[in-house]
Amino acid sequence: MTVSARPARSRLDPEPISRRDWLGLSSLWAAGGALLFGLIGVLRLPKAAVLDSPSKRFQVQLPATLDPGAAFIPPGRAVAVFRDAQGVYAISNICTHLGCVVKTGAEGFECPCHGSRFAFDGSVTKGPAPRPLPWLKVSVRGGAITIDEGATVPPGTKVA
Amino acid sequence: METDMTPVDALRAFGRDLLSAPRRLYETAFRGGPPSTDRTRSTFVFGNVFLHLHSVRTHRWSLRWTTTFGLGIAGVSAFLITLATGILLMLYYKPLPDAAYQSIKDIHFVVPTGRLIRNLHRWAANVMVVAVILHMARAFYTAAYRKPREFNWLIGIGLLVTTLGLSFTGYLLPWDQLAYWAITIGANIAQSPREVTDALGITQYFDPGGLQRLLLLGSDTVGAEALIRFFLLHVMILPLALAALMAVHFWRIRKDGGMARPADADARIAAVRHDETYPVFTEAPAKTYHLAAIVRGRTPAVGRGPENTVPSMPHLFYAELGVLMLTLLLCLGLSLLSDAPLKELANPNVPENPAKAPWYFLGLQELVSFSAFMGGVGIPMIVILGLALIPYLDRESQGTGEWLGGPGGWRLVRRSAIVGLGAPLIIESSAIHFGWLREWFPEIPQLAVTLVNPATLLTAVYALYSIWCIRRYQSARAGAVGLFTCFLCGFVVLTVIGTYLRGPNWAFYWSPALWPGH
Repeated sequence: MTVSARPARSRLDPEPISRRDWLGLSSLWAAGGALLFGLIGVLRLPKAAVLDSPSKRFQVQLPATLDPGAAFIPPGRAVAVFRDAQGVYAISNICTHLGCVVKTGAEGFECPCHGSRFAFDGSVTKGPAPRPLPWLKVSVRGGAITIDEGATVPPGTKVA
Repeated sequence: METDMTPVDALRAFGRDLLSAPRRLYETAFRGGPPSTDRTRSTFVFGNVFLHLHSVRTHRWSLRWTTTFGLGIAGVSAFLITLATGILLMLYYKPLPDAAYQSIKDIHFVVPTGRLIRNLHRWAANVMVVAVILHMARAFYTAAYRKPREFNWLIGIGLLVTTLGLSFTGYLLPWDQLAYWAITIGANIAQSPREVTDALGITQYFDPGGLQRLLLLGSDTVGAEALIRFFLLHVMILPLALAALMAVHFWRIRKDGGMARPADADARIAAVRHDETYPVFTEAPAKTYHLAAIVRGRTPAVGRGPENTVPSMPHLFYAELGVLMLTLLLCLGLSLLSDAPLKELANPNVPENPAKAPWYFLGLQELVSFSAFMGGVGIPMIVILGLALIPYLDRESQGTGEWLGGPGGWRLVRRSAIVGLGAPLIIESSAIHFGWLREWFPEIPQLAVTLVNPATLLTAVYALYSIWCIRRYQSARAGAVGLFTCFLCGFVVLTVIGTYLRGPNWAFYWSPALWPGH
């Protein structure tokens, strides 16, 4: 058996591809591409365009006597509302660590799940929480206080 | 129709065929006939789509009790029990908040045998987690992951993760306090990459954490959408994934040449007489047997088959059936002794204090109590990556198929266990006693706490110790033994701390008896 020396081919001068192979490969890529594009389109499905969630704005009726620095928790809400001389402010009660609802303790907020502690201004004093508890947007209009859990304001913002 | 046949003959033939239809149905379904000879025993296995995941003959080494302890089959058996009981539970379960809780109560208190089925489902799931972890330890300590079984080790890791995923999604479904807060915590662990993107200030442009949480919950709050998604994961997506992975896992065992065994397995097997185990309900090959009976002593062909193998039917299948029955017995016993828990109806305003996951996640809960991202995402990824790399870095051959084979042996395992148990104990007790970075430097940036905390420190100690093992024993296998033993020990220590030593507000208590009353 003789071995014929084939001309050396480089990257710039590749082996020619037969017509049959070319057709086969291009249909394979076309099928793969079509499936991929279809999949990308359908991947949007699990992310709903409208979220099924309760309203984040609610009105709150503060008790007539609320000591400055004492937290008022509106029933059914994870928010602590305060009133002092400068005005009304609200701090979220959802732990920034893993989302448990914090309790109001003697020196601030305590998270029951992983032991994070927060001061009454929301700043982290202990534990794994990565961020302070956010201050929530409060609007006062003619005595009615509205709190928006979906909007945060810089800490220290109090509304008279 | 043939012309010499009378109409009566035709009817008679029809009647004969009708009478023989059941027998022919049986014969056409099971074409090999009863498995009584070596040939029909082979057909019994390879003629059956399910059984032929196993090979036709099994090496005697694989059938030794100490080779596997039947742990893999125990895991499969537990899975089959959860599958059967799970389908029964789905008859009554309703995946909607509140209705879910009521339906679990109905199953527990009203449905006939409902309590037993639910207990079985819960206990089989627990047994499955234990069996899978022990099976993995068996595969590791017999160095069974080595060539050509590297890829099957990866499939096994996939099975471990899927098993834990099934357990997690399972205890969310009753929609009690445990379920609600576990979903909340789980979804926020999925969101925890924000801990890093927030620290880098890029969350508004690049927020993989927020997307993961949204995809899991289907909403921005934990509610009906979240429950239906976790239900879908639990009853459809994860079981299908598990079944597919299991099929590949078993098939690979066969393709990789059965169980890993030492190079001298044949010689060691030959030293033991096996006449008492074979033949098993067979018509013995009479001729050869008589010849062998005349010629005293051992002949190669009788009783042992080629290459020290025996037919899988019945030897392997009966052993597997035995393990299945033992697993069922264990689950039944546990189910009769202890009921599956059901806490109060989910209350989105008040988490339980302490809110504890089932035992197998309490080690993880201990880790996330230092950093959500590192404990819940970072370190688990590092652990999985480390486990997955083991077969590709340990390319040695000494001690394959041997318990504690390879350099170091039992001494190395003992030494690693001391490091593996000691390191988390020292790190945890100093963190519990002296606090951590945030208590010392209140202004410290979050990224520093994320990167340097008891959990990452422990991971670093384990990694450094494994590298030391490679140096000390001049062997990647020794490093792997160090790493894996540390991983098991760390899992045990963290689980015990999370289970017994953490109380309200995740504070340290010497025993649950010392918890302050609610």
